[in-house]
Amino acid sequence: MAKIPISMTINGKVHQAEVDPRLLLVHFIREDVGLTGTKIGCDTSQCGACVVMMNGSTVKSCTCLAVQADGADIMTIEGLATDGNLHPIQEAFWDNHGLQCGYCTAGMIMTSVELLQRNPHPTSDQVRAGLEGNLCRCTGYQNIVKSVLAAAEKMGG
Amino acid sequence: MTSRIFGSGIRRREDPRLITGQATYTDDIKLQHMAYAAIKRSPHAHARIRSVDTSAALSAPGVVAVYTGADTDGVLNPIPCAWVVPDSDVKTVPHPAIAKDVVRYVGDAVAVVVAESRYQAEDAIDLINVDYETLPAVVNPEAAMQDGAPQLHEDAPNNQAFHWVASGGDTDAAFSSAEVVVRETIIQQKLIPNAIEPRSAVATWLSATGELTLWSSSQNPHICRFVTFLVTGVPEHKIRVIAPEVGGGFGSKTPIYADEMIACFCSMRLGRPVKWTETRSENYQATIHGRDHVEYVELAATREGKITGLRTKVYAAMGAYLSTAATGIPTILHGLIYAGTYDIPNVKADIYGVFTTTTPVDLYRGAGRPEATFLLERLVNLLADELGLDPVEVRRRNLIPKFEDGHDVAMGITYDSGDYELTLDMALEHVNYQQLREEQARLRESNQYMGIGVTCYCEICGLGPSQVAHAVGFGAGLWESATIRFHPTGTVNIFVGTSPHGQGEETTFAQILSDELGVAVDDIEVIHGDTDTTPQGWGTYGSRTTAVGGVAVALAARKIRDKGKALAAHLLEAAEADIEYEDGKFFVRGSPDQSKTIQDIALMANLAYDMPEGMEPGLEASAFYDPPNFTYPFGTHVAVVMVDPENGHIELRSYLAVDDCGPQINPVIVAGQVHGGVVQGAGQALWEGAVYDDNGQLLTGSMMDYALPRAHMLPDIETLSTVTPSPHNPLGVKGIGETGTIASTITIYNAVLDALKPLGVTHLDMPLTSEKVWRAIHQRG
Ligand code: FES
Ligand code: FES
Repeated sequence: MAKIPISMTINGKVHQAEVDPRLLLVHFIREDVGLTGTKIGCDTSQCGACVVMMNGSTVKSCTCLAVQADGADIMTIEGLATDGNLHPIQEAFWDNHGLQCGYCTAGMIMTSVELLQRNPHPTSDQVRAGLEGNLCRCTGYQNIVKSVLAAAEKMGG
Repeated sequence: MTSRIFGSGIRRREDPRLITGQATYTDDIKLQHMAYAAIKRSPHAHARIRSVDTSAALSAPGVVAVYTGADTDGVLNPIPCAWVVPDSDVKTVPHPAIAKDVVRYVGDAVAVVVAESRYQAEDAIDLINVDYETLPAVVNPEAAMQDGAPQLHEDAPNNQAFHWVASGGDTDAAFSSAEVVVRETIIQQKLIPNAIEPRSAVATWLSATGELTLWSSSQNPHICRFVTFLVTGVPEHKIRVIAPEVGGGFGSKTPIYADEMIACFCSMRLGRPVKWTETRSENYQATIHGRDHVEYVELAATREGKITGLRTKVYAAMGAYLSTAATGIPTILHGLIYAGTYDIPNVKADIYGVFTTTTPVDLYRGAGRPEATFLLERLVNLLADELGLDPVEVRRRNLIPKFEDGHDVAMGITYDSGDYELTLDMALEHVNYQQLREEQARLRESNQYMGIGVTCYCEICGLGPSQVAHAVGFGAGLWESATIRFHPTGTVNIFVGTSPHGQGEETTFAQILSDELGVAVDDIEVIHGDTDTTPQGWGTYGSRTTAVGGVAVALAARKIRDKGKALAAHLLEAAEADIEYEDGKFFVRGSPDQSKTIQDIALMANLAYDMPEGMEPGLEASAFYDPPNFTYPFGTHVAVVMVDPENGHIELRSYLAVDDCGPQINPVIVAGQVHGGVVQGAGQALWEGAVYDDNGQLLTGSMMDYALPRAHMLPDIETLSTVTPSPHNPLGVKGIGETGTIASTITIYNAVLDALKPLGVTHLDMPLTSEKVWRAIHQRG
């Protein structure tokens, strides 16, 4: 398979590589770039563990080829905190016990970032609907919803 | 002490690395010169292997090696079953790591490819050509025991894996003289655990020293080390098992699987690190499943609603082989707790373990106890219907009265403590039960169907005394360990043998130590999950981590305190008998100014230039705690549902969990465990189920086909608690990790059937999908 040159910005840093056309973005991020905070939980685009921001909106990076992200601006969980300060959503997950094993957490947080960008003052039902594409097996979602609502309050206030 | 750290809902200490993406799970590990393994699995539920042709795979790009059952045969010992229930004629059939002659479920390993990359390994498994002669499959455990059913193992006639009978009292007499008998047939459908992290293993072998290191997404690295010795023959002291961050388990990462042994084999053959990580679809086939019973159950009672007997006949599927703890689940963890919170003098369990051509069944959250609670609480509701009594009233008439220090039940176990009426009263008052019943009656008049489910449960967990473990055939100890090490600066590491993976013990264990010794939580780090650095322990499952491991931490802390007292007495030139300890300070009785902090003590113990005669330097203590009994948490759960007869849709309107796990170290973490547990149980009641066709194909083979609970399908779970300490452990704590799942399935099920009562529906098999509900309603007109 002929390799294809790609270049993308991940968390503010430019990464260039030659990749197989079939390489998934999530594998590029995890294996080639070495940012393992983004997780893989399924092979059918169901779990959302792999959610990253691409050009300002979320994508399931398991359902996107690395070559499709050529030229894109990607942000992963590792890029969310700025200058060592946690993003308010990260802080809220910590404050509200929004995670247990932590495996779904990167995807949940990245999805919540977009959710709150689109709807800064969601109701609990809206948060639940917004997290529809993300599976968590530990928390029963309750404290995740609570975390997102708390973050909304903090960010809006 | 002003405010106690024990009991406070502080933020978790494990979270910063998890919310920033800095945590390391097994699949995140990358070693120099590492190769990647992919496992070729059987597409047939049952077949004879005629031949395996690996030539095309071997010449595929990047392929380093291909191994089949012929390579592992005689090199890897069979994967053992660690729980062999006694007096039950258990057939410990051989379970080869890679099948050589016969495959027995879709997902059975037939070959492994090792390649330079994950993609190359996965490409190459498609090039392996296996010639199969298919054999008939059997997926239902009752059917598997009938004459003429396909046979899985030569040594297990009728596919019978074991037969376990346990009883207390005279059950048959109770039934023959019963005024009322209610019966039910219950299908506990097969469930797929679905920890969101797929299983993963990285093995690396140093041939020069004979050392094997295995990173494994395991709930119990020490058991994994022991089994790795049994399977590979590498001596235990040369094996290091590390369970790094583990992304949920729910029991499914307790067993030791063929897959990680295959990774070890590959690394030992190749002299390179080898990583294997399952895909989700592979997880559905090759990671254990839960439940899968066919049950015939009956309850005997008087006309007044006093229960006199409980009797069951259960066919419990084992799947194709006996997984690590398989035989203990439908027996010890199931039958012994049959009476639940009720005073039932005569109880009998008649349980068949059965091989079927499906994925092996093992511990899945609650393991045996959700099934037990389900059948009991279903029967109690049927009894109430039969007698025309309110289901809560029948429960009240049978509850075991409050006890603080031991209550013997017919099955021969002794509950530690319980106050069942307390949680029942609290729950009923909180939901305003009477008012709910009135609302239900009102709504029915306008053809709206609301249902209420009330469950009283108690369960057996905090596994457990080692003597009992041995007596019931479990091949592991069930004590726990902790080593507390003070550094010269007064900061502390706690090394523990348990292996939490989301339950938050890095926080709660620090809270225990902080409470015992006055060290700030931020000065404590809890180390777990590495057999080279932590003391022997038996892992995290069966809601035992805090009830057993947490107690070991407290006991080790008390040893530190004793040494601290002696050292303080020396430094303060006082008699040891005059030294008091409070809040991190040792002081001379009556003169609190004359004191030494625990940090002073740690510094001196480490510098050790002024020690009392004969005292060893250092401030370190270990404790090994073997509990005298299990713990028996209990509670009352209430679900309210609305059922729409037009489309069969069930709305879970509210859910209340009142649980008693004794004193809570961190109530926020406790509530989190309850939320997650309740939702997993709700999953079984409403959505989840592994569906096989008659050929043994798993039809729900991916996350697209298997319905997991999602956020929008659920209400907030309300949690309340009472505190009845366990009398037998020094902290009084009981397990809480599984109670939610144990209680919620039947609570929701009973609520739905309560809603459907006026429509004439008295039985449905789980999961209660809209279609099933709609059909049941409309078939009855
Ligand atoms: S890994 Fe991308 S959705 Fe599951
Ligand atoms: S915290 Fe474990 S899957 Fe969400």
